[in-house]
Amino acid sequence: MSPFVNRLNTLVTFAVLLLAILCAGASFLDCFHSPAVQANVEVLKVNRFRRQLTGNDEVLLTLNMSIDLQSAFSWNTKQVFVFIAAEYETEKNAFNQISLWDLVISDKHHAKFETQVTSKYLLIDQGSNLRGKRVDLVLHWHAMPITGRMILGKIPVSSFQLPKAYT
Amino acid sequence: MGWVSESLDSIRSLQIRHVLTQVVSLGMIVTSALIIWKGLMCVTGSESPVVVVLSGSMEPGFKRGDILFLHMSKAPIRAGEIVVFNVDGREIPIVHRVIKVHERKDTKEVDVLTKGDNNFGDDRLLYAHGQLWLQQHHIMGRAVGFLPYVGWVTIIMTEKPFIKYILIGALGLLVITSKE
Repeated sequence: MSPFVNRLNTLVTFAVLLLAILCAGASFLDCFHSPAVQANVEVLKVNRFRRQLTGNDEVLLTLNMSIDLQSAFSWNTKQVFVFIAAEYETEKNAFNQISLWDLVISDKHHAKFETQVTSKYLLIDQGSNLRGKRVDLVLHWHAMPITGRMILGKIPVSSFQLPKAYT
Repeated sequence: MGWVSESLDSIRSLQIRHVLTQVVSLGMIVTSALIIWKGLMCVTGSESPVVVVLSGSMEPGFKRGDILFLHMSKAPIRAGEIVVFNVDGREIPIVHRVIKVHERKDTKEVDVLTKGDNNFGDDRLLYAHGQLWLQQHHIMGRAVGFLPYVGWVTIIMTEKPFIKYILIGALGLLVITSKE
């Protein structure tokens, strides 16, 4: 091998190794970061509650939320994906989890907010088991890194009971 | 260009024993790469432990050319996780986020619905005709780690095959002509 190729080889190998160590280090330091997320989410109104033609129950909700996800950001966080899931149990299914609303937060300054939204996705059951059903709302977040390990977290925020009859 | 003719000279002056040593060392490189890949498959439990993102459907989280590390554990699939799944009749696996989960009480089977963060609607249009849910057997793994940009190497090589041949040729030449 000529001296030039030799030197190039050494240089590239060293640069790649250094970059790999930095990436691993950045991701490893996330282990010492423990987020303290605060959130308050409640159902303001059941806008629509009916049985679809397919026989599945369908619910459209209005949610009121105040969320502070600033602590979910570390220096290795590219964005945080946050969503609110409705979780409940039925006779057929041991666990149902349905995302109602989600948001991509791309920087820390937008991670604290209060808002009222109609749910982005309908709460649709497998079957018609929702009348009078107690449903838990859980806030989940997914910290997506600049490089390295992805971090998932969740906190239960509230629970509510659906009406006994369709609207 | 001096080193090219020098390399050619060195090829001519090779003895058979030297050639054999080079062949063996080349074989060692290839087999150790294979061992690493298969070892990763064992450790992660996923049939393809590393995937390259090919579309922009998960932007801004994942861009084309980013690499994802997959893991397939026994833990049940839950909403919010990013999974890689195969759809019948589609060759290329898809990387999207789970938005709905229904887990049976008796069999513990799961019905899963996915959506790309950057897509407007859910993935039912991407699934096979008439398919409403993904089952466990469609899912190849969940994404646990992320590395940006590195996947461009494979994208470029698949889209411009001549670059791949030049690279393989150059590496082969280097291995053959290197003295120890």
